[in-house]
Amino acid sequence: MYTVPLPRIGTDIAWRDAAKRLIGAGVSPDKVLWDFDNEMGELFATGTTLPPLTRRIKAPQSFVEMANWVVWHKDPQRFARLYALLWRLRHQPGLMQDRADAELAKLRQMEKGVHRCKHKMKAFVRFRDLRQKGERRSFAAWFEPTHHTVEPTAPFFARRFADMDWMIATPDVTAQFVDGNLSFHPGQPKPDLPEDAAEALWGTYFCNIFNPARLKVSAMTSEMPKKYWKNLPEAQHIQGLIAGAEAKVQQMRDKAPTLPPERAAKIKRQLRGDQAED
Amino acid sequence: MARLDLSQKLAILSDAARYDASCASSGTTRRDSRDGKGLGSTEGSGICHAYAPDGRCISLLKILMTNFCIYDCAYCINRVSSNVQRARFSPDEVVQLTIEFYRRNYIEGLFLSSGIIQSPDKTMEDMLRIAKRLREVENFRGYIHLKTIPDAAPELIEQAGLYADRLSINVELPTDNSVKAYAPEKNPATIRKAMGDVKSRKDVAGERSYTGKRGKRFVPAGQSTQMIIGADGSTDATILGQSTQLYGEYKLKRVYYSAFSPIPDATAKLPLIRPPLVREHRLYQADWLLRFYGFGVDEITASRPDGNLDLEVDPKLAWALQNRAQFPVDVNRASKEMLLRIPGFGTRTVGRILSTRRHRRLRYDDLLRMGASLKKARAFIVAVDWSPGGLTDSAGLRARFAPPPEQLSLF
Ligand code: SF4
Repeated sequence: MYTVPLPRIGTDIAWRDAAKRLIGAGVSPDKVLWDFDNEMGELFATGTTLPPLTRRIKAPQSFVEMANWVVWHKDPQRFARLYALLWRLRHQPGLMQDRADAELAKLRQMEKGVHRCKHKMKAFVRFRDLRQKGERRSFAAWFEPTHHTVEPTAPFFARRFADMDWMIATPDVTAQFVDGNLSFHPGQPKPDLPEDAAEALWGTYFCNIFNPARLKVSAMTSEMPKKYWKNLPEAQHIQGLIAGAEAKVQQMRDKAPTLPPERAAKIKRQLRGDQAED
Repeated sequence: MARLDLSQKLAILSDAARYDASCASSGTTRRDSRDGKGLGSTEGSGICHAYAPDGRCISLLKILMTNFCIYDCAYCINRVSSNVQRARFSPDEVVQLTIEFYRRNYIEGLFLSSGIIQSPDKTMEDMLRIAKRLREVENFRGYIHLKTIPDAAPELIEQAGLYADRLSINVELPTDNSVKAYAPEKNPATIRKAMGDVKSRKDVAGERSYTGKRGKRFVPAGQSTQMIIGADGSTDATILGQSTQLYGEYKLKRVYYSAFSPIPDATAKLPLIRPPLVREHRLYQADWLLRFYGFGVDEITASRPDGNLDLEVDPKLAWALQNRAQFPVDVNRASKEMLLRIPGFGTRTVGRILSTRRHRRLRYDDLLRMGASLKKARAFIVAVDWSPGGLTDSAGLRARFAPPPEQLSLF
């Protein structure tokens, strides 16, 4: 029996390394226990020594790519499921194209969950200006991801916000970007971030870009589920916008068309004159 | 009039921008700021940073530079004859708002349009100044969409294409006659010429010169346009015919359909209707079928004599119901083209069917596992252990999908 400890930070590399050794040595899935971040507790705290990497097994690229996503899923079974599929792939190399295989379908579904979480993180992280003096501006955000998505998503923020320092704190893992260097740290409770006046302006924008004549709440909540709202400054306006929509539309309808303002006639005259000249 | 502060201006000038349907930020070149000398990135697919309660994606800061306008387009809240409150951003305000929103990860970039002030050229020049400052002073590498003024000088439009990821020029209404009736100062021929110019300029940029170098990057995310639906009497067949022509002639990336929305201070010329949202939705579906599913306009609009789409069922289902003789389709044998015509199956499902078919003969549950939606499809397909029997030809099939008639209440 092998017990494989997997760290919270760097999970992907640790899993891949262990899986390579185990599959090379022909260790069957039922002989492996995967222990993420010591969650199994004291009893299993010491990992067993893994077999040396002697023989390399070929795995399809599509599996490697899928595994790189699935390792970040929150399901405790993710590592075992991945390893079991890898085990089957030894004799069924075409398995990855079989979309009807139940085990593969489950892993694909988990992959999709991680994708979605990564996508939502890119979308919904909201930075606040820390107003620190210095060459580079400095921002911080608090975010609560569904899966362990901070590590695979942080490089996106590093590519995008490279000329500023930033931190994304989460209960799972915290990412920090200082002077162009990205690092990961253990998760933490929600930090006290300073108020940021830009949030009020963003709220103004959110309220005014909304068209009350097109209210469609379910389309909003399916893409921006309520669980994210508490960390989105604009979300505090949603209830009010929904409640007031009908009245606003009614107001527009009731208002009789007004007479054009005086300047309209003048501008129109000018415009006609202008066009006649050229 | 009291001076407006930034927040008041933002309220007025985003309110005025919400009738533009596009908020896309995808399909441009890949860029990032890893060199530490700029801000922003674009990575293929755009990101919706928020959703408004109207269900629409908020990806860009979509604002007007000003809502003063010397034109009098009947459907527009900014027309010269409307009494809406007016405001105007300074170039600096637009630049700062864009950068500060971007740094906080609220947006992917800027979608700037404008009412026409003084003259089309003057307006276009001011918009250019903003785009140029974002790119050259702020080193902004995020997304910029500029709505072009068709009457502006071609050199100005050309310059805009060097800063912007996307340019759009709105055709506004489906036919030339409607444009004449409702947007009297606009000229459909000028609009088409401007779109043609952008297309040829982009074609040139894509070609390599004799030195093998590519020309300067020019609107990498292409051009798009918008048509207002429901303000005039055009049928869906007319609208889709117009779109097909636009896609073909100007290589447009997208045609947006915007259901005419009652606007505050509306003109007496236009109806104060509820926006025909279902119709707009059906047009997008039909547009999709034309571009990615191999359908022709005639096929899609043939199901009803009045040239409009069926509002109760989606256009693919409507087509299948009209052409039942071609169904059921055997998912284990059918061609890709035919699989794409099965109601409920998208391009992704069809791709999965084709790849899985090489490994096994497909059963009903296999289809479910690969994520196919069978609610509609089941009446139109055959699998190893599934046949719809008489369902395909049953008289009540349409009623299964169409919404039940509205309940009558006593009054
Ligand atoms: S030119 Fe544009 S902003 Fe001006 S009235 Fe017409 S549609 Fe509105």
